[in-house]
Amino acid sequence: MRVVVDRTRCIGSGQCVMTDPEVFDQDEDEGLVVLRTPEPPESARERMRAAVALCPSAAIRLEE
Amino acid sequence: MPETRPVPLPYRRERSWPFAPAAELVRLRSEEPLSRIPMPIPADPDLRVWLATRYSDVRGIMADPRFSNAPGPDEPRTRTRSATPPSLLGVDPPEHTRLRRPLTREFTVRGVNAMRTRIEEIVADRLAAMERAGPPADLLRDFALPVPVLVICELLGVPYRDRGDFRRRSDTLLDHSLGQEERARAAEETAAYMRALVQRHRADPGPELLGRLVREHGAVLTDADLVGLGSLLLVGGHETTANMLALGTLLLLRSPDQLAVVRDDPDAVAPAVEELLRYLSIVHFGVIRRATEDVTVAGRLVRAGELVVCSLPSANRDRDLLPDQPDRLDVTRRPVPHVAFGHGVHQCVGQQLARAELRIALPALLRRFPDLRLDVPFERIRYRDHALVYGVVSLPVRW
Repeated sequence: MRVVVDRTRCIGSGQCVMTDPEVFDQDEDEGLVVLRTPEPPESARERMRAAVALCPSAAIRLEE
Repeated sequence: MPETRPVPLPYRRERSWPFAPAAELVRLRSEEPLSRIPMPIPADPDLRVWLATRYSDVRGIMADPRFSNAPGPDEPRTRTRSATPPSLLGVDPPEHTRLRRPLTREFTVRGVNAMRTRIEEIVADRLAAMERAGPPADLLRDFALPVPVLVICELLGVPYRDRGDFRRRSDTLLDHSLGQEERARAAEETAAYMRALVQRHRADPGPELLGRLVREHGAVLTDADLVGLGSLLLVGGHETTANMLALGTLLLLRSPDQLAVVRDDPDAVAPAVEELLRYLSIVHFGVIRRATEDVTVAGRLVRAGELVVCSLPSANRDRDLLPDQPDRLDVTRRPVPHVAFGHGVHQCVGQQLARAELRIALPALLRRFPDLRLDVPFERIRYRDHALVYGVVSLPVRW
């Protein structure tokens, strides 16, 4: 499973960081999404789906 | 009297259980999910809008760039919108992006975590003050308001001693039962107050948020931009959290088993706050949006130029969001992607701060006063029927 984020769409809501801080973070300069773990383990799949659903600006997607 | 004005449908709650959206909103959600309704406001008694009540439509509209937050060409800014100085909520991308970007780093999860200790101190101070003064108390005046007001004052660099004036203006700005002139005057006073603060930070940038914006973004943000952002953060930064704290406490007092969970289980607090946000949805609709072209929603045609209101309380109790008993408060639920903070690029910029304040303040209050109870019958509590942000007028309690 691969997570792809689009920083040009990100609005810094932080909902992904709340959902899985091992995978998502926000950078110090702009507060926008950065990936800590672009290929999270299978056990994180449900949290990744939640992060996609929670993102207000459709800045996260999952590639199988 | 403002109270005697009929409450427009998007603001209406159920009389017997004032936490829930009005039965009429629930009926529309199943029978006519996009409906044309009158939305009389003082500036325009004949105003008509589209009302969206389903979760999927509400989320869709809020994320759809064909719906604009900016007033139309022939629309006075204060006609339908909150009368605060122009800022984030009244502009679309790319202008919106330019204004919002400087704020995002201020409200990250990590940034807000760094404020936790200070928020805990503020909460403890207010609770100690309540205890010293002894019962009874007005929980809104003595706790729910001062906590977020102190937090946002310190964060922004706004003197706490000015709170009397900006609280009064903030109430006026958000009250849709008041006349146009009164609200416009409050907006001008808010802008004038913030302009003086901004000029002070221009001359000598302080360590707080306003000073940081000047130092780091002062070249791209104009004084008018800073006045708009500062006013939005000052008003938005305390009204919502204060009303969530007071109304949330009232709801928990009416639901003792749920209250016990929030009080006794530290791990239960974060999901409980999400459930309270969803269940109460104190921002009825946030911003009125305008279609910039013809758009079909729920099988109906919204024409270019027409206005759309998204009912957040209704959307957050839709079975499409929550198939299992959406009208039941269950603080142990797994959090769902609710729209209490909105959706799309305008979703609340301060949401992580609001969460932190609620997660700290609610359990601290319930632990400090384990036998907290209402000091008046539940039926006597009065609500802010015409306010853009819902809540109680006061909350008399004792312990």
